[in-house]
Amino acid sequence: MKSVLSFFSAFSAPQNTGYSFNLVGRVGLVIILFWMTVAVFGTWLAPYPPGEIVDWDYLGPVTSKFWLGTDYLGRDMFSRILLGARYTVGIALAAVVLACSLGIVLGMIAAVVGGWFDIILSRLLDAFNGIPSLLFGLVVVAGVGSSIPVLILTLTAIYMPGSYRFARALAVNVNTMDFITVARVRGESTPYLIVREIFPNILGPVLADMGLRFVFIVLVLSGLSFLGLGVQPPNADWGALVRENIEGLSFGAPAVVFPSIAIASLTISVNMFIDNLPKKIRDRSE
Amino acid sequence: MGQSLTSLFIVIQVLKRLGIAFLTLIVVSFAVFFATDMLPGDVAQILLGQAATPEAVAGLREAMGLNEPALQRFFGWLTGLTHGDLGTSYANNMAVAELIDGRLKNSLKLAGVTTAVSVPLSLTLGIAAAMWRNSPFDRAVSIATISVISVPEFMVATLSVLIFAVWLDWLPALSFGADVSSFVDVLRAYAMPVITLSCVICAQMIRMTRAAVIETINTPYVEMALLKGASRWRMVLVHALPNALGPIANAIALSLSYLVGGVIIVETIFNYPGVAKLMVDAVATRDLPLIQSTAMIFCISYLSLITLADVIATLSNPRLR
Repeated sequence: MKSVLSFFSAFSAPQNTGYSFNLVGRVGLVIILFWMTVAVFGTWLAPYPPGEIVDWDYLGPVTSKFWLGTDYLGRDMFSRILLGARYTVGIALAAVVLACSLGIVLGMIAAVVGGWFDIILSRLLDAFNGIPSLLFGLVVVAGVGSSIPVLILTLTAIYMPGSYRFARALAVNVNTMDFITVARVRGESTPYLIVREIFPNILGPVLADMGLRFVFIVLVLSGLSFLGLGVQPPNADWGALVRENIEGLSFGAPAVVFPSIAIASLTISVNMFIDNLPKKIRDRSE
Repeated sequence: MGQSLTSLFIVIQVLKRLGIAFLTLIVVSFAVFFATDMLPGDVAQILLGQAATPEAVAGLREAMGLNEPALQRFFGWLTGLTHGDLGTSYANNMAVAELIDGRLKNSLKLAGVTTAVSVPLSLTLGIAAAMWRNSPFDRAVSIATISVISVPEFMVATLSVLIFAVWLDWLPALSFGADVSSFVDVLRAYAMPVITLSCVICAQMIRMTRAAVIETINTPYVEMALLKGASRWRMVLVHALPNALGPIANAIALSLSYLVGGVIIVETIFNYPGVAKLMVDAVATRDLPLIQSTAMIFCISYLSLITLADVIATLSNPRLR
């Protein structure tokens, strides 16, 4: 079966150096970049102030004046989704960067140092993994009160152990390779081994893992907001927008439909992008 | 001789797993106790309200034993736990065991029904998708599972309400609270939460099953089976599947552990009285014994499922047989 595959791959385009994306991956990337741009510049593009009631009708339809309809108070949905992008993308991005950098650094240290440090840290984080993520978030946010730093730190705490596990498993594999032994014999220090020898060799898979974790964080954040524990009114991320306008669900109001589409488009495009990453980036360890 | 040696080896492996699970459980109970202890807000102050005098608050703290060192309270709690004494709720002075009892039964019922629906369904779909890889059927299953995974579960829940309760008018949207007497009523009452939960956990299990089976199909011994003339069915079910059992058991365990604790959104939307909602309410009232007990329930169920999956993986490994 494998030989058949390599037979066909021999006919693929010769200019393919292993780093180019296929069509689905490119579409995913374009949507991700679109939402990133909206998150940064969105508020300047908004036709109305997102907190202002501009229409006497509520849960209104799509019109030329209100591109995505109006919400349950008569605010412009288009402006509110543009602002919501900032919360959803911003909080999720901050949390995923924190969680993954912490997890990767600890995972590499555990793999290189080994011994008791590795055993204790791994057991501890495994135990922490046993607590359901959304429930943990709910308990913390209900206990401490919801604010954006609390949300970011809670999401970081939820997704750090998984990232640690993933990075550690990869680093343990790299750690047994000959060039590491050579570097050890050469007398290199542990920090050098981690930064210069191990990190470049696990970077690709770790980035792919980071993308998937971003999707999970967006979903948990939306879930928290949907339960009323995420971003607090009058501001709203996309999950909170769905919650606010849920009464429009029974007649399919655009105010419920469009934030849901926004969430789905972001998470699906990240999945599409990650699934179609060039093999050279995904499986560099092999 | 060799046979008894390998079986001894298996027993040791299983015992080792159980030992690790037990140690993890102790670490978890330690973490749960001190994490809840650190929740901001003084319990005595919250119970007595804003108007309470400092003397009254101090008296209540004394009476509840909150002034004792934390480590002593921890061991007191742990010994109580091993005897089945979960303590007394701060909020309404009822035994925690009594509060949890009914809710836990509800949660287990929901989890049981969902398991019975989703595990056979996702195993069948996952194996079928792996057998006819890259066929239109496989593509359809892949697209469906990816879309379900990528979407928040409140969207799955609200969509199914929209479709089954509003448009088709087959099922009641809010099922509980109404009297359920006949068997059909019970089925109707469980349908919406079960459909939603099944969608969510099936997607994960189908993907993992498909990946695990495909991985074993790519091995030389399965190719050998195909070359020697075994049918497609025989190749997958007899040669590939037993070797994919370990990862599949792991995926199922992870998905099922989600059913006890992760269902909070489903419990909220469908107004289902389960343990997860009890825990969230307990946090709001700073009811520490209740929070600790419910947290322990989630951790124990997760640990036992994961350990069970590991044991299955060990037992199903043909190299150990």
